[in-house]
Amino acid sequence: MDNFTVGIVVFPGSNCDRDVSWALEGCLDIRTKYLWHESSDLSDVDAIVLPGGFSYGDYLRCGAIARFSPLINALNDFVKSGKRVLGICNGFQILTESGFLPGALVSNKNLNFICDDVELEIVSSTGGWFNTGNEKRTIKLPIAHGEGRYHCDSDTLKKLVDNELIALKYKNNPNGSSFDIAGITNKQGNVLGLMPHPERACDQVIGGTDGLFTLKSLVSQ
Amino acid sequence: MDQFAVKVFIRLRPSVLDPAGEATKSASIKLGAEGIKSLRIGKMIEVKIEGNGENEVREKIDLLCDRLFANTVIEDYEYSLEKL
Repeated sequence: MDNFTVGIVVFPGSNCDRDVSWALEGCLDIRTKYLWHESSDLSDVDAIVLPGGFSYGDYLRCGAIARFSPLINALNDFVKSGKRVLGICNGFQILTESGFLPGALVSNKNLNFICDDVELEIVSSTGGWFNTGNEKRTIKLPIAHGEGRYHCDSDTLKKLVDNELIALKYKNNPNGSSFDIAGITNKQGNVLGLMPHPERACDQVIGGTDGLFTLKSLVSQ
Repeated sequence: MDQFAVKVFIRLRPSVLDPAGEATKSASIKLGAEGIKSLRIGKMIEVKIEGNGENEVREKIDLLCDRLFANTVIEDYEYSLEKL
């Protein structure tokens, strides 16, 4: 695992790429590499993070333009091979826009940009992204988004529930998300998208370490 | 080659809550406008496009709407097309 490298995708407008790198390198000693969105060579990375931010200025819809980058095209084979992909905030929006995860993320119900720490319930163990090993099934992570209200039709919601693909739920739904959804996985479990920011909760000095497990699990296969 | 002016209208699906529309409705009522039953906000995209006849252009616009202009999980679209 010494050479395990996590690729961090940088779009024009990404702004959490360096936070993710700091959390992985500085807190977990995991090697990272920035991947410019125009690159389609993913051969030397073992997992990928799509970080938060405002890719392409959130023009048209959040994540809608990023979806057409060469890197996202190349992501299809990467995901099929079973390698792990984590989409945080804008990264989650890109994963839904590009069809890797179902549903969509729309304006918060109260129209506010919400920047806060939230309590989250770990719902499913699919993909092993969260610590379900102990009794405490609640974690606290920061959120910072204006378009984080998860929306899907009732058939999709049923599939998410039946297949245990809802990874995280808000304890006090801040944005009006359907079924309190804060994060979901694909069926195989190797793709996770979530609105909260685990990379901002990796050091006690900045308020908590509940994000460490999820970032560490990029390495666990 | 024929040239067409296309107007694409994108609307949130009726099942999707439109908080911006609700806020604008509330402001409209504060302005004194009476009788507003509902107000929802969409987008309009104007495209000038060339193609060999209307059918070919419609195919292109259908693809653009379905893959880029609208996210059909949350939005519906329709368009009008005028030969220039």
